[in-house]
Amino acid sequence: MSWALSIWAGLPFGLQVTIESLAKIIAILIPLLVCVAYVTYAERKIIGYIQVRIGPNRVGPRGWLQPIADAVKLVFKEIIIPTNANRFLFLSAPILSLTPALAAWAVVPFTDTLVLANLDAGLLYILALTSLGVYGVIVAGWASNSKYAFLGAMRSAAQIVAYEIAMGFALVGLLMVAGSLNLVHIVNAQQGGLHQWYLWPLFPLFLVYFISGMAETNRAPFDVAEGESEIVAGFHVEYSGMSFMIFFMAEYANMVLIATLAAILFLGGWHAPFDIAPFTWLPPFFWLFGKVAILMFVFLWLRATFPRYRYDQIMRLGWKVFIPITLVWIAVIGIFRFFTPFGFIFR
Amino acid sequence: MNWINRHFNTFLLVELMRGLSVTGRHLFKRKITVQYPEEKTPKSPRFRGLHALRRYPNGEERCIACNLCEAVCPALAITIESEERSDGTRRTTRYDIDLFKCIYCGFCEEACPVDSIVETDIHEFHFENRGENIMTKEMLLAVGDEFEQQIADARRADSLYR
Repeated sequence: MSWALSIWAGLPFGLQVTIESLAKIIAILIPLLVCVAYVTYAERKIIGYIQVRIGPNRVGPRGWLQPIADAVKLVFKEIIIPTNANRFLFLSAPILSLTPALAAWAVVPFTDTLVLANLDAGLLYILALTSLGVYGVIVAGWASNSKYAFLGAMRSAAQIVAYEIAMGFALVGLLMVAGSLNLVHIVNAQQGGLHQWYLWPLFPLFLVYFISGMAETNRAPFDVAEGESEIVAGFHVEYSGMSFMIFFMAEYANMVLIATLAAILFLGGWHAPFDIAPFTWLPPFFWLFGKVAILMFVFLWLRATFPRYRYDQIMRLGWKVFIPITLVWIAVIGIFRFFTPFGFIFR
Repeated sequence: MNWINRHFNTFLLVELMRGLSVTGRHLFKRKITVQYPEEKTPKSPRFRGLHALRRYPNGEERCIACNLCEAVCPALAITIESEERSDGTRRTTRYDIDLFKCIYCGFCEEACPVDSIVETDIHEFHFENRGENIMTKEMLLAVGDEFEQQIADARRADSLYR
């Protein structure tokens, strides 16, 4: 032990910092990727159960090794690059969509001390990175040299523009209430139990945020970018093997990210729902994990329940319903806080 | 009033909740999946699976090379060649069914005047090499010999309805 410490002390400071950050990044990414793998399993199981089937149960006990089998299969498959596709863009598109999905986790606080980078503008950073994810989709559609992929990319671009605005406005309302862009501060402002969560004063914004998040990650019922019944598989028709798997991982990592952010911003993050004895005994991380798990279940439940939106309906919902709702609620928050004695509701 | 109600329902997502409750209830329903290799669904005596050529109880093959099955086959999957045997009867020298062409419609069985060509309820068969999809006369007779009991039972069970 002591020799390891002495080697460590002998390293230059810059290298020490690099190694430490790398170790932290790995400590976040490995569990995250395991989560992503098992979300796919949970999805198949839950949707199977809802459809009165039992889902995958052949690989390993109760099918627990199914995601590993899927990953191994995809890794060993050939990556086919279509003729006349732009090779460089074609191969960089999956990376473009996965990187922001993973990079956003840098500022996500798991408990009040367990956070890789406690940025003061954490929420801004997350908004910036989640918006970048769409470039992967657009570049994939463009570089594939396929009309279906291109249609998918165009749909996705228009959809994300619409829902990004609603999502941004929903978070503006949250910022007015929390008074901080720092995620740790936002969570700590919700301390003290269920009734302190921002879910209640900001209920419309929570709904808008969650539904926009679903649209943002191209999940059913907003999966027009994929639209397998209309445009085959949309932007990733031409992708196979590892490059397809990266798109897949990006989608699920984004889902987990949206669920985690919803838990952090609206459901009190790592704080227990009741600030009394049996609930506070459990570690804070457990509560965050539990809330994320419930929201992920809702994601899958919604997918199993609703058919895909028609495209013009998606546009109508985004522009003519969500954006007005968020604008009105922001006005309500502002008026209540500064012109009435009921401002404490939004604090 | 109606207008207000409608907007309440829209903004409180009442319809969506109703849909979610339906799927939510199905989540806890008894699952109806049949675990295939271990469990199997019952098969009708009319099931049309792998073909077989039958024999009479004395061991004589039933087929008289009348070519009706070949004529009726909509997929042209059957090929028959025949000649006179030493005892003066007409018998097939070749009776091939191409299982890739066959659509398992059962017309050959219907057309057969002597109940020789039949479709058994075997559906778990596969080919590992090219050419194995052609069932020759010997292979068909072997299937018929092996599963005669089951074939006869299925015919008897269905005879009430013919």
